[in-house]
Amino acid sequence: MPDQVGLELIAGQLASQIPGAVRETTFFRGRATIEIEPTAVRGVLSALRDEHGYRALMSVHGVDYYPQEPRLGVHYELLDMSRVDRLTVKLRVALAEPTVESVTPDWPTADHQEREVYDMFGVRFDGHPDLRRILMPEDYEGHPQRRDFPIGGEPVLFTHNDATSPGWTR
Amino acid sequence: MSTRSRYRAQEESITLSPLEEQIAAQRGGETTELLTLNIGPHHPATHGVLRLLVTLEGEIVRELKPIVGYVHTGIEKTAEQKAYWKVIPVVERMDYLSYYFNAMAFCGAVETLLECEVPKRAQYLRVIHLELNRIMSHLVWLGTSALDLGAISMFWYCFRERETILDLFEFSSGQRMHTRYFQVGGVMEDIPHGFEAKLREFISIMPGRTDQYADLLRRNEILLQRLRGVCPLDEATLLALGVTGPLLRAAGNPWDLRKAAPYTSYEDFEFKIPVGTVGDNYDRFAVRLAEIYESVKIIEQALDGLPEGPHITEDRKIALPPRHELATSMEALIHHFKLVTEGFRVPPGEIYYPIESPRGELGCFIRSDGSSKPARVHMRDPSFVNLQATAPMVRGAYIADLIATLAMLDPILGGIDR
Repeated sequence: MPDQVGLELIAGQLASQIPGAVRETTFFRGRATIEIEPTAVRGVLSALRDEHGYRALMSVHGVDYYPQEPRLGVHYELLDMSRVDRLTVKLRVALAEPTVESVTPDWPTADHQEREVYDMFGVRFDGHPDLRRILMPEDYEGHPQRRDFPIGGEPVLFTHNDATSPGWTR
Repeated sequence: MSTRSRYRAQEESITLSPLEEQIAAQRGGETTELLTLNIGPHHPATHGVLRLLVTLEGEIVRELKPIVGYVHTGIEKTAEQKAYWKVIPVVERMDYLSYYFNAMAFCGAVETLLECEVPKRAQYLRVIHLELNRIMSHLVWLGTSALDLGAISMFWYCFRERETILDLFEFSSGQRMHTRYFQVGGVMEDIPHGFEAKLREFISIMPGRTDQYADLLRRNEILLQRLRGVCPLDEATLLALGVTGPLLRAAGNPWDLRKAAPYTSYEDFEFKIPVGTVGDNYDRFAVRLAEIYESVKIIEQALDGLPEGPHITEDRKIALPPRHELATSMEALIHHFKLVTEGFRVPPGEIYYPIESPRGELGCFIRSDGSSKPARVHMRDPSFVNLQATAPMVRGAYIADLIATLAMLDPILGGIDR
């Protein structure tokens, strides 16, 4: 893990390369996190890969910060295998316009994971080659991992309610 | 326009002609017809409810699209509705062959948020169960994969040893699968009297049994022809696709979190990381088989060096007080009541806690808002990410090799769909 100083150095370099990209840095329980502007995501991740050695993207996942705004967050877990070093890059987008540039062209591993974030949180990834739902049925309405999405209430499909259950039949 | 019709329009707009033209150009204008074949979701060779849309030219796979989500149960959503300690049995059911690992990732993440020290004995007991689980998972993989390749007797042999491991799990925790043995702060109970003897008996026979499997398979001409040199994928592509675990190690990258970033006392044990050379199906097979020996070694060392002491943290704000204290101590009763009704509160923060599961990096992301329920639980399941490597592996291979590759990929659909 980069220590607090290392994290600030990385953040400083990023901020000078891409002005306005870095919002804040957090060092929590020995883990370094950089919060960035959503628009700068591809540039920041590429810079971290090419200049700081974070060559592997281990995870992309979504978070809903309900009731705070901007509500939806996307986290990128970067890993440097040679130094065994991890860094989290996170960004937050408003619910009204949840659009982030896709990093799939740079990191093929993000393909399925961005689709999952889109499916569960409704964050749209611009430039994703195949942005479809991945876990929920393709005709499902809503994004179930959002905090204000109710649990339960999903009708159980029987023959008698086959026609009335939304989304299951034409 | 509704979502469905847009989807349908997209489905209908898919055309194979660019691919056909490409192949025709290679063949000097000779036209070929491509066939799109649906495999699964209910097919024994897909190791679960995985659906594959395969585009074939004759018997050769030209394109492949995995479709998942058939066993999506909303476990991550369910976990947000439960107190932290009640989440453990829920997340255990994700990857149903590595339940100890799911519990370990979750408990590890919560312990990091709580800054809770886990007693050494609990860490060693965790290692013993994790490695038993790894052997068990690899045995199921070996049995079912050999079954896919036509060797039915392997299935019975592997399940014989798996049975012994499940008996051991039952002995220590009362359950054979989804044991809920790991708790935040340690393990549920100390190992019972007689467990050690049974475990020693198992680790004394397991290497010999693995030798037998190796003898049955490694020189088997049918198996070798199905595996050797089939569907290799180089290290750089695997890394770009985020593939970890035995699949990456088979391509020669010795990345193993147990060695690279040891957690729960793995730094105390001596073991090797088996790596492959070319990253074909045979290497994937050989790496997993070799891992069984290493796991046995780790268990042996953990058992020999098992320290005395408590099996769960003494912090009464996190772990339940022992049963006998409840009869005499008011304070213990209050702690018990608070833990059972509300559960413990976790300081606000976000954490990503990765461990090495039998299939690769299993990471647990938790966001806590300071209450007794997690605000977000996410599992970075290795199967979900590794599945993306299927298409690059099998492009240009025979459809029969697709089945073999899928078996060597070892995806667990419970983990993929969660």
